[in-house]
Amino acid sequence: MTLRTRLLVLVSALVVLAGVGTASVLHASARADRRDHAVPGGPRIAAGQVALSTRGRMIFRNMAWGPHRDELTSVPASDPSGPRTASKVKCLRFYAAGGTGVCLQSLHGPVQDTYRAVILDSRLRVTARYDVPGIPSRARVSPSGRYAAWTAFVGGDSYAGTNFSTRAAVVDTRTGRLTPSLEAFRVVKDGRTYHAADANFWGVTFAADDRTFYATLATHGSTYLVRGDLRARTLTTVHPNVECPSLSPDGTRVAYKKRVKGLPKDAPWHLYVLNLRTLRETPLAEPRSVDDQAVWRDDHTLVYALPGDYGADLYTVPSDGTGKPRRISTAAVSPAYVNRSTG
Amino acid sequence: MYVADSRAGARAASAEGAARPRAGRRRAAVAPTVLALGTVSLITDVSSEMVTAVLPLYLVTGLGLSPLGFGLLDGIYNGFSALVRLIGGHLADRGGGRHKWVAGFGYGLSAACKPLLLLAHSLTPIGLVLAADRTGKGLRTAPRDALISLSSTPATRGRAFGVHRAMDTAGALLGPLVAFLILRATVDGYDAVFTVSFCVAVVGVLVLVLFVPGDTRTKAGARSTRSTWEATESGPPSSGENPAETTAPPTLRAALSLLATPAVRRITLCALLLGLATVSDAFVFLLLQRRLGVPDRWFALLPLGTAAAFLLLAVPLGRLADRIGSRRLFLAGHGALLLVYALLLSAWHGTALPYVVLLLHGGFYAATDGVLMAAASESVPEELRSSGLALVQTGQALARFVCSLGFGAAWTAWGDRTALTGSAVLLALGVLVSLALRPAPSEGPA
Repeated sequence: MTLRTRLLVLVSALVVLAGVGTASVLHASARADRRDHAVPGGPRIAAGQVALSTRGRMIFRNMAWGPHRDELTSVPASDPSGPRTASKVKCLRFYAAGGTGVCLQSLHGPVQDTYRAVILDSRLRVTARYDVPGIPSRARVSPSGRYAAWTAFVGGDSYAGTNFSTRAAVVDTRTGRLTPSLEAFRVVKDGRTYHAADANFWGVTFAADDRTFYATLATHGSTYLVRGDLRARTLTTVHPNVECPSLSPDGTRVAYKKRVKGLPKDAPWHLYVLNLRTLRETPLAEPRSVDDQAVWRDDHTLVYALPGDYGADLYTVPSDGTGKPRRISTAAVSPAYVNRSTG
Repeated sequence: MYVADSRAGARAASAEGAARPRAGRRRAAVAPTVLALGTVSLITDVSSEMVTAVLPLYLVTGLGLSPLGFGLLDGIYNGFSALVRLIGGHLADRGGGRHKWVAGFGYGLSAACKPLLLLAHSLTPIGLVLAADRTGKGLRTAPRDALISLSSTPATRGRAFGVHRAMDTAGALLGPLVAFLILRATVDGYDAVFTVSFCVAVVGVLVLVLFVPGDTRTKAGARSTRSTWEATESGPPSSGENPAETTAPPTLRAALSLLATPAVRRITLCALLLGLATVSDAFVFLLLQRRLGVPDRWFALLPLGTAAAFLLLAVPLGRLADRIGSRRLFLAGHGALLLVYALLLSAWHGTALPYVVLLLHGGFYAATDGVLMAAASESVPEELRSSGLALVQTGQALARFVCSLGFGAAWTAWGDRTALTGSAVLLALGVLVSLALRPAPSEGPA
């Protein structure tokens, strides 16, 4: 082949490939426009006032297509598929309790996206902002509203690899004191102080006393439920094979996802409830693999997200292993029941 | 090849130069083949780093998966890739220099993986696609480095590898930029990122197929091989009249028997020893962040700092390798790494510290990555060049893997400072032993 032929081949290939590349980018950006238009038959949404102190409401991130996509939205807790009120505040993940909200957001930067956690008051006004070092995944607020916690997946530890680690942060919203990573706490495993460079924490859930919390510890390929003490700054292992714990409003049980042997590697989790006094596990009636930190609607009912047509749908199942799962809302994620009477 | 640059440099240059007129001049830029391969690597790295940059985001926010289990597989992939490299090296040497086609297959395999990412929606298939992608990377590395080495004269090899590594790193820095521009122009445009990545990868393969000569050995290589053997004291294991035309393709045993050659054994041993004390990037960045309180939002920029320093220093340090000897610069590079450890252990907390550490860390890569290949090229005969380079690379990669495991364990048992102090002592010892292992003056330029 002469140089002329080779250049001709290269240039024609470049034209074709540039066409394919441009078309795919245009297609993906046209999709952005489509997502700004509501899908017929989707949930009814109107802009309005959303407050974290209104009784009997469920607040969540609305994922339905339309002008209010990704906004914090509220529905009556008794009618979760009913008309939605959208707030203009956009979050990737969200949780609220005791009149305080935590909202994990992405910020589009020139080179890459960055993330931050904002603390919201009961009228969704921002009271504090914190950098989040990676892609945020879990968020929780203590029942009193004093403490907030979030987890981020941190990549970039190795510029050639695909390794991940997690950082779980806790902030005292009253003093603004931030613990950027639970790795600063002392870990007590089997009665002894435990050090591990590969320790990762995620999925914090708070008790009502504003001192005790639970979280996941992963080290050497195993996960554990740990009980944390905010004053003593310790983490004590409680039970193996527990991820994303969620403490019941009465503080007696933890709902969590358990890695079950024999399930596919990409969908290995089933929902369980652990009685903290007897350490007895009860499998829940949800047969699908759940990758979410469940939320207690009350002392007997759990709510969690599963993948759906528009990102995620919310399901509910009884906490005692009976009954069967029921879909309560489509195109919704990160629910929080605000100002409930229990806890 | 036991050719002594200092002694027979002129003869070698004229012999190889006769075959590659444009690369023969001592002060000339690098050979066109090296530039073509550098372009291929630049384009391919744009493509692969685009995917690497958005993959965590895609898994967590796009697919809603927890990527933690995925991280556990990473170590296994890396070990596997090291072994594939040996296979790629051997295949490329068989049949008298199929370097281009084995490398091309590796690039092609990785390119084909990009559209598959569009179809994979859970961790297991994504893991398989990435394993295939890394197999492609493992296969192409040694033949590509052999091509760079074979198309340069011994006197300009350091520079050739420097230019190649600089172009490679430039691609790695551009990739994430392109990916995030696409994500900004779209909503959830991961499919567009993967499609563009595929198109870019195809361009890389095309440049390789169209502009990298596939016959380095049969025409130019063979003639120059014979000329250089004449300049050596002892011939290679299978040296005949003209290896490429008269002898059988190198067997696997011949590739392994490379280790029986003192010079190859020495350089592999050096790479192994020093690799055992090379703490992985992840730990260096983590230590830097912990010791100096680098804010979280800057954390993702630390690897970019190292890459930028690597990019800037690769060519000047490659030229320096040609001047003072690649073994010497390879050791000096590890001196820079030792300085990184010392700074991380020191009490100095100045604002300049992260910059100094990242500059030295990038300098370490610039003084060792391509330079090791240049140094190894001095000892490996041409018809086994790809296998020999693969052997050295694999030894180094496995040693670094062992170091990571050991460092993690030491950190767990005794804390990060003790673990780093241990690595520093090990590295200093490794440098001293490598100095003692220096070849006799008649064998190398050092």
